Amino acid sequence: MSIQELQRKSVEYRKTILKIIHHAHAGHTGGSLSCIDILNVLYNHVMNVSPDTFSDPNHDRYVQSKGHSVEALYTVLADKGFFPVEDLDTMEQYGSHYTGHPTRDIPGIEQNTGALGHGLSVAVGMALAAKMDGRPCRVFTLLGDGELTEGSSWEASMTAAHYKLDNLVVIIDRNKLQITGPTETVVALEPLADKFAAFGYAVQQCDGNDIAALVETFDRVPFEPGKPNLILANTVKGKGISFTENVVAWHHKVPTDDELSRAMAELDRAAAEIEVIA
Amino acid sequence: METGKANLEVMADTLMALAEHDRDLLVVTSDSRGSGKLVPFANAFPDQVVEVGIAEQNLVGIAAGLASTGKKVFAVSPACFLTARSLEQIKNDVAYSDQPVTVVGISAGVSYGSLGTTHHSLHDYAVMRTINNIDVLAPADNFETAEAIKAAYTLRRPVYVRFGKQAMPHLYGPGATFEVGKANVLSQGADVTFVATGETVPRAVQAAAVLEGEGLSCGVISVHTLKPFDAEAVLDAAENTRALITVEEHSIFGGLGEACASALMQSGVRVPFKIVGLPDDHTVTGSQNEIFTHYGISADGLANTARQLLQVGITA
Repeated sequence: MSIQELQRKSVEYRKTILKIIHHAHAGHTGGSLSCIDILNVLYNHVMNVSPDTFSDPNHDRYVQSKGHSVEALYTVLADKGFFPVEDLDTMEQYGSHYTGHPTRDIPGIEQNTGALGHGLSVAVGMALAAKMDGRPCRVFTLLGDGELTEGSSWEASMTAAHYKLDNLVVIIDRNKLQITGPTETVVALEPLADKFAAFGYAVQQCDGNDIAALVETFDRVPFEPGKPNLILANTVKGKGISFTENVVAWHHKVPTDDELSRAMAELDRAAAEIEVIA
Repeated sequence: METGKANLEVMADTLMALAEHDRDLLVVTSDSRGSGKLVPFANAFPDQVVEVGIAEQNLVGIAAGLASTGKKVFAVSPACFLTARSLEQIKNDVAYSDQPVTVVGISAGVSYGSLGTTHHSLHDYAVMRTINNIDVLAPADNFETAEAIKAAYTLRRPVYVRFGKQAMPHLYGPGATFEVGKANVLSQGADVTFVATGETVPRAVQAAAVLEGEGLSCGVISVHTLKPFDAEAVLDAAENTRALITVEEHSIFGGLGEACASALMQSGVRVPFKIVGLPDDHTVTGSQNEIFTHYGISADGLANTARQLLQVGITA
């Protein structure tokens, strides 16, 4: 898929995310918009996974540690054909399998997440098993920056380096905001790249909302043989909609009818700009 | 009762035997291979041990990730840390995610005795019983331990198994059977039945012998599976005996005793009833045996409880 095609997908994905959150009257808008370009590139360019290959032991795995951005994951999985996008009309409704965090009840999801600080350990286990069996698959996991204060993530990091898991790719959605405010005022994370490097990762940074930059970065995995990979993806929370970008309240604010209309208009203009450039 | 090995050693031996034929069997440890008597296993099958260091949350998360790929995973760590520090990983990564991990709590209850409350697990039945989609096993002797480990290996679903580290007397002869979710009736009695679990079962057997010597008819049931709970066995005993005493190496809250009370109340069966376990108090310092004796989990203590209860039963 070309860069332009991926860019078009991102615009469509943003529309779907906003529509399903608006319909459900619930969801995590800001984080889903910040990480959607990462998921887009993962599922449409990087990973060997589809409904046909999901039961193959060699398929690439994805664990979304920042489970609250489930709307982004549901959107991409529906587009990949794991389930009809219309199913998402039931999201977070009474009796629906589409809960507000990922579960294995949904086709395409590997692990139930939602409590922060869990995904990396599980991904380490998956990557370790692949190494033991000599399977070529890779394991990708997406962590929010706010969840990095969970100590379990650092326990898992030590293990990833100890077992030289260069088949593990940890992506940090570094949008620099969490529910209380900027990460650096809640509990400072920086210098984050240095910390990850000190824990034994091969660290790369990129613009996590730039499709071309993401493609270029993922294409270089593994960054260094024998080291787990870490991509510090610098993103903007609420990316793509002028009034949601970098606004803490949009962590889990739901768009009104008017806000949804305005957002759709902005995304239509963004789509038109991609066509002009192409 | 002839003394056997520590259940801990039986767990290690059983895993060794299973690993001989299954390279996908993995043991995950948190600097706990020595405590778990797993050094011989690690020497024999170095590629089948995953060491995560002193990091119990990571232990359970990694175990879940390994199990998701088809590995048969035993996550082994002291019960006190495993079921408290990594409880959220057990709840979410294993049980909720339905990953077939066997969570093995070693040196459970007050096995660490005088090391104090940091090293005791008197809460684990209670918390594990309330987590959906995980079986809870507390084998009493070597036979039950070997069977529990083999059953967990075969079940391929979330299981919690806990036991201690003292040598245990044998409770069973040849031909014994073990089925997860089905309590074993060791003996039946018309006067009092001890419903016990884990390493308190031999104490109940000893107490029954004392009381038999006084002319009382005593039964003992080993409830090796706390969940799924064999309410039928408890109700049968309650209907055929004059008094029921539950015995457990656990808080009197939320464990075997309250599971039995719930079954009795909800079925309308009334019987003089007493829960023997660790009270809601700072646990006395001492060895496992001394702590048991202090709280009446001994032949004499349990016999006394039975005498008092039967007195109540007679006057009622």
